[in-house]
Amino acid sequence: MIELILPALLVGLSLAAIAGPLGCFVVWSRMAYFGDTLAHSALLGIALGFLFDLHLSLGVIAVSSSIALALTVLQGQRFIASDTLLGIMAHGTLALGLVLVSLMETVRLDLLGLLFGDLLATGFGDLAWVLGLVVVIGITLYFIWTPLLNIAINQELAQAEGIPVGRIRLLFMLLLASVVAIGMKVVGALLITAMLIIPAAAARKLASTPEQMALVASLVGMGSVVCGLTLSWQADTPAGPSIVLCASLAFLFIFSFARRKDA
Amino acid sequence: MTPNTLVELHNVGLDFKDRRVLHQISFHVRQREILTIIGPNGAGKSCLLKVILGLYQPTRGRCEQAPGLRIGYMPQKLALDPSLPLSVERFLTLTNQGDRAPLDEVLRRVGARGLRHNAVQSLSGGEFQRVLLARALLRKPDLLVLDEPAQGVDLQGQQALYHLLAELRDEQGFAILMVSHDLHFVMAQTDQVLCLNQHVCCSGSAESVSQHPEYLSLFSNNAVEDIAVYTHNHDHHHDLHGHVVADAPDPSHPEHTHTHTHTHKNGGCSHD
Repeated sequence: MIELILPALLVGLSLAAIAGPLGCFVVWSRMAYFGDTLAHSALLGIALGFLFDLHLSLGVIAVSSSIALALTVLQGQRFIASDTLLGIMAHGTLALGLVLVSLMETVRLDLLGLLFGDLLATGFGDLAWVLGLVVVIGITLYFIWTPLLNIAINQELAQAEGIPVGRIRLLFMLLLASVVAIGMKVVGALLITAMLIIPAAAARKLASTPEQMALVASLVGMGSVVCGLTLSWQADTPAGPSIVLCASLAFLFIFSFARRKDA
Repeated sequence: MTPNTLVELHNVGLDFKDRRVLHQISFHVRQREILTIIGPNGAGKSCLLKVILGLYQPTRGRCEQAPGLRIGYMPQKLALDPSLPLSVERFLTLTNQGDRAPLDEVLRRVGARGLRHNAVQSLSGGEFQRVLLARALLRKPDLLVLDEPAQGVDLQGQQALYHLLAELRDEQGFAILMVSHDLHFVMAQTDQVLCLNQHVCCSGSAESVSQHPEYLSLFSNNAVEDIAVYTHNHDHHHDLHGHVVADAPDPSHPEHTHTHTHTHKNGGCSHD
């Protein structure tokens, strides 16, 4: 029985481990809406992956990265506020993805699985690329950690101090797009942002340095994956929403009872 | 560019879309010099700083830096998200590869010794300003760039800051370029004042008013040493939109080829 659930568990734990630190940056830089837009566009990536016969995760990474680039360019304009623009992109791409998926006759995709994840269908083949991707994201993040932190504090100060802000931000968006691709497997397009921001927000009260917060966020996320999968297994609930529910409960619990540690 | 020039601007112009922000700005900053940029709101002061810092590319003209120039930048404020757990120590060492050795000395120097382990978000405006100054100093700058350092600080704090900056300049030998939101008060040690309203309205040296009886009665003696009054005497005015209105009919407008003359006199402070 354990071999049925083991790949799912390991894929979920890998996602939670890497979503912890990345999610912290999303929270610190107030990019939750941005992450949501990337996540919603992932469905379009799946559809295009099928159309062009690509590895589906490659499709997701390609589309999410393009959306991230387009947003960076579009946010320079002044006609529409940033959050409106993000809303248009998020739902526009989600709608396009849904329509494309429904038009495809050769494949029957499980729409619910795309939107809310289908973790229990994960096999050891998925585990291999997920682990590989997580290692690459982790190493990259390690090397850009300090500049990224400086940018999160203040972009202009960072730029004045000689940090290549544009390039680092681009790299960060690529990392986010990769995490979105993994998140599609685990919690689905609609719940990926939850895995980024909820553990990070829960970790805030327990941390007094940025690194502590990243670590605690990973641990909260991984705990939520274990609890959520157990719930799913025992009560036959959908795995993705169960994991996010556990993360939300963890946030509520920590937020209500932990004493805030100031830096 | 002469050897002791740190930054030199040649006819710098900056446009946002079709809005002109800066026009034909030329000046230079020399070693150990203190230069204050003053001007009304919307005059383009912050934009000019950003051109010098390399954050904006000028639309016209060019901004040259001495090779290997080290700039310490002190922004006006940081909007730091409360969700980021960050101590003063960590904030400072993020700029110097984590080297904690110089922290005690630099925090003592800016008068923020007790704040080392405090959360950055818990600091008051004046405390945070000192920490920002400490961070700029840790970069061992040749040029210290400050954006409205007196903003949100009371007069006493402003005097203390100017006094500290002058001392630091004498000790460490960097040049200072700062923007001041106040048209009347500038640092007494300022070598050059640049009055900006999209173009350079006038520039010249500021003068101590330590002899002026009105100021002597307002401030204690040593306070006056740190603040001087810069008297404006333009040959043109600006209307509410910032357009130049010549006192006498000025045929050269809008090219501003007229010379900007100004005079300073002890009794001439128009401060109210």
